[in-house]
Amino acid sequence: MQPIISIQDLSKVYASGLKALDGIDLDIREGEIFALLGPNGAGKTTLISIVCGIVTASAGRVLAGGHDIASDYRHARRLIGLVPQELTTDAFETVWATTTFSRGLYGLRPDPAHIERVLRDLSLWEKRDSRMMTLSGGMKRRVLIAKALAHEPRILFLDEPTAGVDVELRRDMWRLVRSLRDTGVTIILTTHYIEEAEEMADRVGVIRKGRIILVEEKAELMRKLGKKQMTLNLQEPLAALPEALARHDLTLKPGGQDLVYTYDTKGERTGITGLLADLAAAGIRFRDLQTSQSSLEEIFVDLVKERA
Amino acid sequence: MNWYAVRAIYGFEMARFWRTALQSIVAPVIATSLYFVVFGAAIGSRVAAVDGVAYGAFIVPGLMMLSLLTQSIANASFGIYFPRFAGTIYEILSAPVSPLEIVLGYVGAAASKSILIALIILATAALFVPLHIEHPVAMVLFLLLTAVTFSLFGFLIGLWADGFERLQLVPLLVVTPLTFLGGSFYAIEMLPPFWRGMSLANPVVYLISGFRWAFFGTSDVGIGVSVAMALVFLVLCLAGVTWIFRTGYRLKS
Repeated sequence: MQPIISIQDLSKVYASGLKALDGIDLDIREGEIFALLGPNGAGKTTLISIVCGIVTASAGRVLAGGHDIASDYRHARRLIGLVPQELTTDAFETVWATTTFSRGLYGLRPDPAHIERVLRDLSLWEKRDSRMMTLSGGMKRRVLIAKALAHEPRILFLDEPTAGVDVELRRDMWRLVRSLRDTGVTIILTTHYIEEAEEMADRVGVIRKGRIILVEEKAELMRKLGKKQMTLNLQEPLAALPEALARHDLTLKPGGQDLVYTYDTKGERTGITGLLADLAAAGIRFRDLQTSQSSLEEIFVDLVKERA
Repeated sequence: MNWYAVRAIYGFEMARFWRTALQSIVAPVIATSLYFVVFGAAIGSRVAAVDGVAYGAFIVPGLMMLSLLTQSIANASFGIYFPRFAGTIYEILSAPVSPLEIVLGYVGAAASKSILIALIILATAALFVPLHIEHPVAMVLFLLLTAVTFSLFGFLIGLWADGFERLQLVPLLVVTPLTFLGGSFYAIEMLPPFWRGMSLANPVVYLISGFRWAFFGTSDVGIGVSVAMALVFLVLCLAGVTWIFRTGYRLKS
């Protein structure tokens, strides 16, 4: 299947000399939720800004729905909706006026029924005649989404959609994003909340210092890079790790009551059987045992540290 | 052409105008009335007719031009500067609109507003002095040409400015003095020869002179020269705006 967005060897050097993007290659599949994950300053916003036409690329090209974003910007941009990171709104405009304005800007005939649907979906209908400056931050965020959806885009960019948003609204946002995906909209979101990518994304891309260092199905990523930890709660505390267990990746928690064994779930062997056998041979008995899977967050921190 | 976008931008800008109708409309009416009280009634009664035109009527084209220039610049520069300042410009930049459509929307709205204000001033003036317009078509065309040109100029300032002070700088330090010295309240023939020569370097002289010709059929410089100068300035502004959109200067990094 042809990717809905194809980014080819994209680079950006700002006038200040800052190299924000460095040869990015990335394909986005139609209908997926793609999470672009990266620390602050990694180039997430620059990448989105180039695809949306706000920043000019230094090199490389981008196709949206097969249309070059530079030479065929009218067709390309019509497919794309953008929800920016900053809550930039026209303070004096009403919700209805600003949403209608967005639709017009994209060259579509007025369609009050569509605007009404969008506002209702975002629980903004009651606020349609309110001026932007009277709305709370969360409401403003919704209006920005409504504006981005006013022209019925097939691709939606959400730049840090839940930055500075309370937990409840964040859950709302996630629900909304999923329901949009169900209508066939492709969603690309940037975030530095790993929880968000873990919760939402079909695929995850990790960007660091202007380079994509990894693109993976989320489930696959969690499986491949997922390390597990097994904690053994000992019957008798140990003063130090016995020599006999040195070949295992073990740590003794302060107090000597808990032994933590870290193993790789992607490996052929986990080494658990060997460990248990050695424990028995050393006469160490345990009361309880639990295992835990590392989260995407730990994976991410590992990844960014590893390549640093 | 994305006419819906032009309409959206134009409508947005005009909405701002009506929302601030008090400042937009009442202010010029009051200002004009004051000019008439001071220059027309108080001083004008002691000033002889200029080129056979009573002083009160003589200053009408200049007053209209004064407002037309300042309002065109103020509206257009603010119209494009504010989205840049507030960040809402992202939407314009990411929408499928061409530079031409953006300019049509913003400059069209700014020119419309300033023409409206100029007409309001004309109507106010008609309450104070009897007015007869010699060449009404030329008057309207000149009004249009000047409003569009200076709205483009204002648009340029709005793109160039990187702070509210800069937004005020050009209108305050350049345009207002040039307009006052451009013969709003006098015919440049009334000046000593040296200053008359200097005045010819002031582009506003040609605008006011041409506009006055449309009203009374008399002018400081030939109407052909006036129109030519206005067109030259229009082309310069168009070139500036085109250059900015080509290079993305101050709009896109």
